[in-house]
Amino acid sequence: MAVESIVAAKPYPAAPPRGLVTRVLENERWFASFLLLPTAVLLGLFIAYPFVKGVLLAVTDAKVGVPGKFVGPENFTALLNDSIFRIAVWNTILYTAVTTFFKLALGLWLALLLNRNFRGKAMTRAFVLLPFIIPTVLSTFAWKWMFDPTFSVINWMLFHLGIIRTRINWLGDPVLALVSVIIVNIWRGVPFYAISLLAGLQTISPELAEAAAIDGARPWQRFRHITWPLLLPVTMVVVLFSVIQTFADFQLVYVLTGGGPANATQLFATYAYQIGVGTGLLGEGAAISLSMFPILLVVVIVQLLYIRRVETL
Amino acid sequence: MIEGARWRRWIFFNLPLVLFVVGLLFPFYWMMVTTVRPDAELYRPWMAPNYTPFWTLHPTLDHIRYLLGETLFGRWMLNTFFISVLATAISLFCGLLAGYALSRLKFPFAGSLGTGIFITYLVPQTLLFIPLADIIRNFRLGDTPWALILTYPTFLIPFCTWLLMGYFKAIPRELEECARIDGATRWQAMVYIIFPAAVPGILSAGIFAFTLSWNEFIYALVFLSSPEQKTVSVGITSELVRGDVFYWGSLMAGALLGSVPVAIIYSFFVEYYVAGITGSVKG
Repeated sequence: MAVESIVAAKPYPAAPPRGLVTRVLENERWFASFLLLPTAVLLGLFIAYPFVKGVLLAVTDAKVGVPGKFVGPENFTALLNDSIFRIAVWNTILYTAVTTFFKLALGLWLALLLNRNFRGKAMTRAFVLLPFIIPTVLSTFAWKWMFDPTFSVINWMLFHLGIIRTRINWLGDPVLALVSVIIVNIWRGVPFYAISLLAGLQTISPELAEAAAIDGARPWQRFRHITWPLLLPVTMVVVLFSVIQTFADFQLVYVLTGGGPANATQLFATYAYQIGVGTGLLGEGAAISLSMFPILLVVVIVQLLYIRRVETL
Repeated sequence: MIEGARWRRWIFFNLPLVLFVVGLLFPFYWMMVTTVRPDAELYRPWMAPNYTPFWTLHPTLDHIRYLLGETLFGRWMLNTFFISVLATAISLFCGLLAGYALSRLKFPFAGSLGTGIFITYLVPQTLLFIPLADIIRNFRLGDTPWALILTYPTFLIPFCTWLLMGYFKAIPRELEECARIDGATRWQAMVYIIFPAAVPGILSAGIFAFTLSWNEFIYALVFLSSPEQKTVSVGITSELVRGDVFYWGSLMAGALLGSVPVAIIYSFFVEYYVAGITGSVKG
C-alpha cells in the first residue's frame, strides 16, 4: 500500500511549466534587448530622430509652417558673417571660461571648509546646496530684482560701504550685463562644485595629511602635493560636466537680460532661441544650435577618454 | 581643525564660511522680504533715506493673494507636479531595466550601448529644442502636458540608468544566483531580489529626476503656449511680466511658492540627494 502510493505520486515539479514569453526571456540576449527596448524607443524618438531632423533642418530655409527647400551649407556660411553670431560665440566662450574658473576656485574653497568638523555641519551643507536645487529661473528672478538700477539692494550696499558714488546700471550696460550673468552663474554653480568635491575629499584618508604634517609639510604644501593630486579625477569629471552645462546655458541669460542690451549677453542657446523661435526661422535656428555640437563633442570625447583611463588604472 | 590661535580660526574658517553661507542664501531671503513688502515700500528708490532693504514694518499678503487669485498659479503648480511625477516614473522604469541590463547581462554591444547612453546624458536640451519642437508639432503633442512628459525622460533616463548601474554593480552576484537556483526566472530575480536591494539608489534617482523635471525650462517654454498648460517657471516668466512691467511682489511670491515643493522634498532627502550628485559625477 505504502509503496504503491509513493510510486503513484507525481514527481515534485522542479519548476512550474513556463510559457513562451518566459522561455524567451530566459535567454540572456533576448532578456537584455527586452529590458533596453523602452529606453531605446524613447531616446531614439526624442534624441536620435531630432538630431537627424536638426541636421536636415539646418541645410534648409524652413520657417514655421513652411517646409523650406534645400540650401546646402548656406545657413552656416551666413553665420560666419553674422556679427551677432560672432558676439554669441565669443560670449559663450568667455562665459564658460570665467565662470568655470571661479566656480572651481570657490567651490574647492567651500569644500575644504565643509570638510572640517564643526557644529551644524550637516545643516550648513544642506543650506549651501539650495542655489543648485531651487529652479534656476525662479532664483534668477530674485537676482534680476536685486540688480534693478533704481531699487537695487546691491547698489545700496555698495553705496553705504563707500565703494560707489552713483547708481550702477547692472543689466543696462553691455559689459556689466555680462558681468552680472557671470556672477549669477557662479552663484548657482558653486554649491554643485562644493558638494561634489566634498564627496571627493571625504574619500581621501586624513592619515596622509597627518603623516605629511609630521614630516613638516605646511598646510599649502599638504594641499598642493597630497589633496590636490588625489582630488584631480573627481575635479576633472565635475569640470567637464559643468563646462557642458554652462556652454549650453539658456535660462539664466533668458531671464536676466534676454541676450541684451543690444545682444551684449547673447549666447549660442539664446541666439538660437531668438532666431528659431522668436522670428520662426527654423533652418537658421537649428544651424546655430548645431554649431555648439563640435565643441560639445570634443568635451565629451575628453571626458570619455578620461573616464576610461581612470577605470583602467 | 586648525592648529594655532583662536583668531586664526576666525580668519581662515569662521569668517569665510559665514560669508559663503550669507552670499549663497541672500537671494532667497530677498525673495521672502519682497514677497511680504507692500508696493509703496517696494518701489522706493535705494537712494531714498527711508529705504529699508532688510526688513519691512508693514508686511502684507497682497502679493500672494494676487498670485493665487488673479493668476493661474495653482494650475501651473498642478501641471508641473503632474508632469514631473509622470516623467520621473517613466524614467525610473526605463532606467531600472536598462541599468540592470547594462550592469548585469552579457550581450553583444553592451559596452558601446552603455557609452551611447552616457553620451545622451551629456546632450544639453538647448542642442535639440528646435527640431524637437517641430517633431512635437508633427506628433500633435504641442501645447499638451505629454509634450513634456515624453521628452523629459530623454535627459532623465540616461541619468537614472547611469546612477542605478553604480548601485547594481555593488550588489553581490551570489544573491541573484541563489534565487535562480531556487527556480526564479530572470525577471523574478531582477524584480524581487535586485531591485529591493537597490532602493537607496532608486530613491536618489527618483528625487533627482523629480527636481530636474521641476526645474526644466526651455522645453516647457517652447512646447507649451496656452496659459493654462504652462509650468511654474514658464507661467511666472510669461504671465507676471507684461512687456516692460514686472509685477515684482507677485513674481517673488511665485518664485518662493514655486520652489516650496522642491525644497520640501530636498529637506527630507538631503542625504539621497547628495548621493545622487556624487553618484552622477563618479559614474
